[in-house]
Amino acid sequence: MASLRHSNVIELDYAPQRKIRELLREQSALDNAITISMGPQHPSTHGVLRLELILDGETVISAKPDIGYLHTGMEKQMETKKYQQNIVITDRMDYLNPMGNNLGYVMTVEKLLGITHDIPPRAQTLRVLLTELQRIASHLVWLGTHALDLGAMSLFFYCFREREKILNIYEAVCGGRMTVSYFRVGGLPYDVPPNFNRLVRDFLDEFPAALREYHTLLTNNPIFQKRTRGVGILSGEDAIALGVTGPTLRGSGIAHDVRRAEPYCGYETYDFDIPVERDGDVYARYLVRMREMEESLKICRQALDRLKPGPIKVDSPKIVLPDREQMKHQMDALIHHFLLAAYGFSVPPGEAYHAIEGSKGELGFYIISDGTERPFRCHVRGPSFVNLQAIPKLCQGALLADVVAIIGSLDIVLGEIDR
Amino acid sequence: MSSILAEILDAAKTVRAIAQGMAVTLSYIPKRKLTRQYPDVPVELYPRFRGEHYLARDENGKERCVACFLCSAACPADAIYIEADEDLRPYAERPGMEPRYARVYNIDYGRCILCGYCVEACPKDAIKHGHNFEMAVTNFADLVKDKQYLLSNLEREKTRNLTLRSDAE
Ligand code: SF4
Ligand code: SF4
Repeated sequence: MASLRHSNVIELDYAPQRKIRELLREQSALDNAITISMGPQHPSTHGVLRLELILDGETVISAKPDIGYLHTGMEKQMETKKYQQNIVITDRMDYLNPMGNNLGYVMTVEKLLGITHDIPPRAQTLRVLLTELQRIASHLVWLGTHALDLGAMSLFFYCFREREKILNIYEAVCGGRMTVSYFRVGGLPYDVPPNFNRLVRDFLDEFPAALREYHTLLTNNPIFQKRTRGVGILSGEDAIALGVTGPTLRGSGIAHDVRRAEPYCGYETYDFDIPVERDGDVYARYLVRMREMEESLKICRQALDRLKPGPIKVDSPKIVLPDREQMKHQMDALIHHFLLAAYGFSVPPGEAYHAIEGSKGELGFYIISDGTERPFRCHVRGPSFVNLQAIPKLCQGALLADVVAIIGSLDIVLGEIDR
Repeated sequence: MSSILAEILDAAKTVRAIAQGMAVTLSYIPKRKLTRQYPDVPVELYPRFRGEHYLARDENGKERCVACFLCSAACPADAIYIEADEDLRPYAERPGMEPRYARVYNIDYGRCILCGYCVEACPKDAIKHGHNFEMAVTNFADLVKDKQYLLSNLEREKTRNLTLRSDAE
């Protein structure tokens, strides 16, 4: 037995690690610098992010994000599935913003097909309404976990209580709560249920009171302000140089929003503001997201008011599944149904990029088509992935405890970073 | 002197903010709780909830499925396995199914992501989403559900720990 154990011992070569450690020491030019690993199982890293921190006492000298623990090969997988089937994969990238992911993907395919302007108004309005609700839901998770990281426990429950209402609306609409798969290339697969208007109206009426509650608990709270003001400052130039988008960019004083810059789904016809804060610190990003929820609420109200009965998908039998009743009684509809379900539709060769404003920033899909019914390549420009690059910059010189606040303020989702 | 005053003011502000926050938190104690005590209380689901499937029968109790393979072709997760067969005897002699039917119809819930594409693809309304979500098993192989199980799933759902909400206006 003993000999067996001996023969199984593998000589580990520690030289590379030692070399790296030495290099890091030189880099920090400090003998007493220590390197610690924060994550991948750390409650404040929101998933499986590992940060390699070099510390001098409590001060962070350098922070290096290490990603890939959640790698699923989704982009590669999308090359093997039909266009319509890929929608379910996008759900699972940024699992806090599935409606937004669906929207970004289907709009890119629609661009390739050249049917962007044929989507009927009811489908457009529902898309806007549901993605804005999703933005609120996503910001609620961010708010709850961000506050939880900084020690405010009860807020977490109040946030999830409101989010539950949005997820219930999704459940009533499409049967899925987080993996919705509701938008389809060419419109929507089926209409919303009869009680949809009431459900959304109820939520829109109740939410402002909840938002006031969150403000009472955090916005003027000196403890919260001390943890967040002047922490993790990102200047406007740095933000642009790093390519960050979304509330993180707008917290640094740059008023860029894809909904305004390159409107899609008729956003140019809605009346809403782009909240901007100048300070660029954690608190500024907090304020931007809080105000964004109000703006989303405004958009939802307008969208609900202009929701009129009408068709929900393009009139293009080669792309969208026919009406179920038609399919059962008409031969041509049945043939189209068979062909679409079995083979999918082919997309003319070409490439397209389309970006939407996801809850975390610019979410873009880049798809190359070679004329078949499966994408040749699909690349995702994920906002979390790009925003994560700001971490080394933001953490430099910060205290170890502030790292938690900084990660929280970037609102990253690891499912989307690793893809 | 002024710095002491500032300190006191700061402390007073902090105390006030904490008191405001605590007032919100404490005001929830007498209120009705939103938590549902599942499994003591059944879960409420909307009719469209996508749970474990069932295979439907028509009004005469005949299996609807005609083994056309559309559901398995539409499935993004390759979760459905079908073997088709034909039984060309007259209907009276055939056990309740179409002349062409699925001899084997398995759904692997280790793969299925409950996306609803199969339901959308089925031209015969033969496969539908039930509402069961309690699908945990202790043996991985038990996740593969066969045709008999799926056919009886609609009946079984009545004994499940869930109630349906209405989605009528
Ligand atoms: S619900 Fe989706 S994953 Fe599951 S069997 Fe049907 S098509 Fe396949
Ligand atoms: S369940 Fe429907 S789609 Fe699937 S094989 Fe049977 S009839 Fe065809």
